[in-house]
Amino acid sequence: MDRNQSRRQIAAMKQSLFDQGLLDEQFIQLEELQDDANPNFVEEIVTLHYRDSSRLISSIDQALKERNPLDFNKLDTLMHQFKGSSSSIGAKKVKAECNLFREYCRAGNAEGCMRSFQQLKKEYAALRKKLEAYFQLARQAGPQETACRSK
Amino acid sequence: MAAASDVFMPEVGSGKLHVLAVDDSHVDRKVIERLLKISSCKVTVVESGSRALQYLGLDGEKSSIGFDSVKVNLIMTDYSMPGMTGYELLKKIKESSVFREVPVVVMSSENILTRIDSCLEEGAEEFLLKPVKLSDVKRVTDFIMKGEGKKGHKRSRSDDYSPPSSSSSSISTAFSSVSHPCDLSLPASPSALLSKKTRLSI
Repeated sequence: MDRNQSRRQIAAMKQSLFDQGLLDEQFIQLEELQDDANPNFVEEIVTLHYRDSSRLISSIDQALKERNPLDFNKLDTLMHQFKGSSSSIGAKKVKAECNLFREYCRAGNAEGCMRSFQQLKKEYAALRKKLEAYFQLARQAGPQETACRSK
Repeated sequence: MAAASDVFMPEVGSGKLHVLAVDDSHVDRKVIERLLKISSCKVTVVESGSRALQYLGLDGEKSSIGFDSVKVNLIMTDYSMPGMTGYELLKKIKESSVFREVPVVVMSSENILTRIDSCLEEGAEEFLLKPVKLSDVKRVTDFIMKGEGKKGHKRSRSDDYSPPSSSSSSISTAFSSVSHPCDLSLPASPSALLSKKTRLSI
C-alpha cells in the first residue's frame, strides 16, 4: 500500500471512530504529545489502559457475583477507576457506560448494574478491536501519520 | 536546615521546575509525566500520598536534623486515591514548615464544588479537572516559573515561619479565590478566571 493510501486510510479510520462517538477530544490531546522521540506514546498509554481495564473488569465481574447483597460502594469505587482510565484515553462511549453504571450503583439497582456492565464490556471490546486495527495501520505507515507536535 | 524559600523557588539559571506528581492511576501518571516533560519540567512521579510524603521526608521516618529536603517547586496530586486522598496530602504539605509554601495543584475527574472549595480553602493553588490538558499544565507551570505573587518575593533565611493559617490565607486571596459560580462580578484576575473555569467546565 502506498504512503498516500495509508494516510487516507488512517485518517478515515480515525474520523470514523469520532463519528461513531467512540472517541473524544482527549484522544487528539494525546496524539499531540507524540513527537519523534515518542512516536508511539498514544499506543503505549492505551496499552496501559487495557491492562488496568482487564484487571478492573475482572474485579467488577467478581464483585457482581458476590450478591446478597451487592456491595454498591465497592462497585462504584471500581467503576470510578475504570471510568478515569477510559476518560484519560478519550474513550467517549465507554465512559458514558461507566456513568450509567455508577448511577445504577447509587440507586442501589442491582439489575441495572448488571445490564449496564454487560453493555459496557461490549463497548469496551468493540473499541479495543478498532483501536488495535488503527494502531497497527499507524505503525505500518510511520509516526508522521498521526498528529505530531512540531516541538 | 533548608529554608522554605529554598525548596520552592526555582533555582536561578537551572530553568527547570521540579514537579512531584501523585496519582494512583498508572495511565494518568504516564500522561502527567509526559505533559510535564513537554512543559520543560523535571518530574518525579509517585503512586500514592504516602509515597509522596516519604519522598518529601514528611513521613516521620527521617530526622529533620541534617536531612536535606528535596527541592520541589510544584506538587500535582490526584484527589481520589485509596489510602490517603489528595486532600489529606494537601493538608499534610500545608502543615509542614518546610513544604507549605510549595504550590499544590489538585486534579480530579469530578467537578464537585464542595470538593473544589475545600481544596482551595486548604491552600491548593488550583483545581484541575481531568483529563488534564497540556494547556492546563503549561499555564500552571508558566505561572509558577514567573514566581507569581507572594511566592516571588525574597525571604531571608532568618525569617520566622509564621503559622500556616496566615500564609495560606494570603495565598488564597492572591490566587485561589473561593468564588461561587454564580458570582459573575469577580475581578478578571487570571486566578479567579482559572478557578471559575475549572468549576464551570463539566
